[in-house]
Amino acid sequence: MKKTFKLEDLDCANCAAKMEAAIKKLDGVQNATVSFMTQKMTIEADEAVFDQVVKAAVKCIAKVEPDCRVIL
Amino acid sequence: MTRRQKKTLWRIVAAALLTLVAALLPLEGIGKALAFAVPYLVIGYDVLWSAARNIAHGQVFDEKFLMALATLGAFGTGEYPEAAAVMLFYQIGEWFQSIAVGRSRKSIAALMDIRPEFATVLRDGEESEVDPEEVALGETILIRPGERVPLDGTVLEGSSSLDTAALTGESLPVDVTEGARVISGSINLTGLLRVRTESVYQDSTVARILELVENSAEKKARVENYITRFARWYTPCVVIGAVLLALIPPLFDGNWAMWINRALIFLVVSCPCALVVSVPLSFFGGIGAASREGILVKGANYLEALATVDTVAFDKTGTLTQGEFAVDAIHPREIPEDELLDIAAVAESHSSHPVAESIVAAHKGHIDKSRVSKVEELAGRGIRAVVDGQTFYVGNGKLMEEVGADYHDCHLSGTVIHVAKEAEYLGHIVINDQLKPDAKESIAALKALGVKQTVMLTGDRQQVAENAARALGVDRVYAQLLPAEKVEKVEQMLRDGARLAFVGDGINDAPVLSRADVGVAMGAMGSDAAIESADIVLMDDKPSRLPLAVKLARKTMRIVRENIVFALGVKLLILALGALGFANMWWAVFGDVGVLILAILNAMRCMLPIRN
Repeated sequence: MKKTFKLEDLDCANCAAKMEAAIKKLDGVQNATVSFMTQKMTIEADEAVFDQVVKAAVKCIAKVEPDCRVIL
Repeated sequence: MTRRQKKTLWRIVAAALLTLVAALLPLEGIGKALAFAVPYLVIGYDVLWSAARNIAHGQVFDEKFLMALATLGAFGTGEYPEAAAVMLFYQIGEWFQSIAVGRSRKSIAALMDIRPEFATVLRDGEESEVDPEEVALGETILIRPGERVPLDGTVLEGSSSLDTAALTGESLPVDVTEGARVISGSINLTGLLRVRTESVYQDSTVARILELVENSAEKKARVENYITRFARWYTPCVVIGAVLLALIPPLFDGNWAMWINRALIFLVVSCPCALVVSVPLSFFGGIGAASREGILVKGANYLEALATVDTVAFDKTGTLTQGEFAVDAIHPREIPEDELLDIAAVAESHSSHPVAESIVAAHKGHIDKSRVSKVEELAGRGIRAVVDGQTFYVGNGKLMEEVGADYHDCHLSGTVIHVAKEAEYLGHIVINDQLKPDAKESIAALKALGVKQTVMLTGDRQQVAENAARALGVDRVYAQLLPAEKVEKVEQMLRDGARLAFVGDGINDAPVLSRADVGVAMGAMGSDAAIESADIVLMDDKPSRLPLAVKLARKTMRIVRENIVFALGVKLLILALGALGFANMWWAVFGDVGVLILAILNAMRCMLPIRN
């Protein structure tokens, strides 16, 4: 399953790269991208664990840039 | 500017003035420290706050943390003006980046602003404005002048000109009339159109294009991945370098303040921002500039691949040629050319065969159908028509043999249509699939760009393919290929080390498109298969868009490389000079903010159109 989320106040490109690297390492994630340019996150993960993955991804983002919000 | 950007701007102005005041005050020692602490806190309080928060999260190599550390360190060693200035310039850099990126984002969004807002649908004789997504297949919609075509469909009534520039980059309006197809996303310019929808919104051209463009950010270029990986190492390495620099040399000479100062320079240039921002910004701009030209690129990686292509393979029919028959040559025996064409056109005027249509189309004047009194279609041979009371035969060689006309074949390749009056041979007309007007210049332009080899792959007959190739200047031809054999040829060339782009019309070329390094589908307006299987989609069917796409790709790559070399070069230079004591904090500020701003400005050039 693949889904795209909008991000708000993603301020730095390096942070986006860090978020992407952290989300890619999550269990069940097949692929993930965090685009600084389009302010979007795309997650591709197993359907069964998708909701958990999204929750974990939101945490990864908060850890790197606390001001950045994921629009769910 | 957003509210946040405005607020930051005010803080920058305030902090700059306060720094100036602090610099002018004749203070020393603690008084000076306090005077500079004011602007420092005005501009940097949020950085300090995030740094504290991030370090609590264990983000040691966070840029805000490092900036906070560097400036606090500068305060510690008595470099008060430098501390305030570093923070001030850091915020200016961030502010500039946010403005620049926001602006690119907006201008590219505007470029792709082809989403129709509403559709006026006609239901039970009543007009109602609805969301395009609510319109079903086969409904009738009204499109007024100035409105955007919401869904793909066929014109039932009315005629107008459509502006397809946002889709194809073609500035000339397209005329449509009853029975013509209209493509969603184009703008109705002049007349009211009544259109029967042929797609629901999700399947419409506009929805597909938007999806493609929106997803293009997902596919990152290799160079972008390198840079991200590099950035992950760069910061920790520089920070470790800073720590070593602050701790080890002073053990020998005891000059702690000097070495800590040098270490702080390391911290200030430890942010890889200039690299990490400018690479995706360049690709984003390049993809945006391409889409303005009607060239849709599905990802930065394809732009990267296109820049290094050395072999371009083309499909023939529909790609280099128009895929429509037209009269190539008129060879009368004794009568003038016009007269031969006139006879053939009048005789064929009742036929709907493509060959007949091409002959009629070639006739510039009025065709008086009433001159034909009797027509008989002779299956597989041609027609017999009585024109102005005389019997004419128009058809192939077989027909000429039957009527006993003394005909001869033409030295030109193509379909030859002979004309005879009774048994008297009048001459022949050669019909061919026409080369696209810009096909030849496109091949030449690719050559000029350094593409080593152009290849034509076609299912057509050898002779026809060779003639077309010669006329166009294509290097190699493979004719009479089945679709599977096209894939084989492409694979062969790939094995031989070619970096290959394949250009096809996308309808039956899907396997080849996906096999090539870069698959380019052409004339893709309304063709779903093409948009799916290609990496780059040329919205109109002009081959000349391809050299343009290559140019844009190369320009983007050149800018990306410039930025990498420049940013890294400056940073490494400042690191080296800083360690040796030749660079001070001001150099470091340039190495961080200056480089960031210059790299962003350079990256934004990618959005500019290419001058021809």
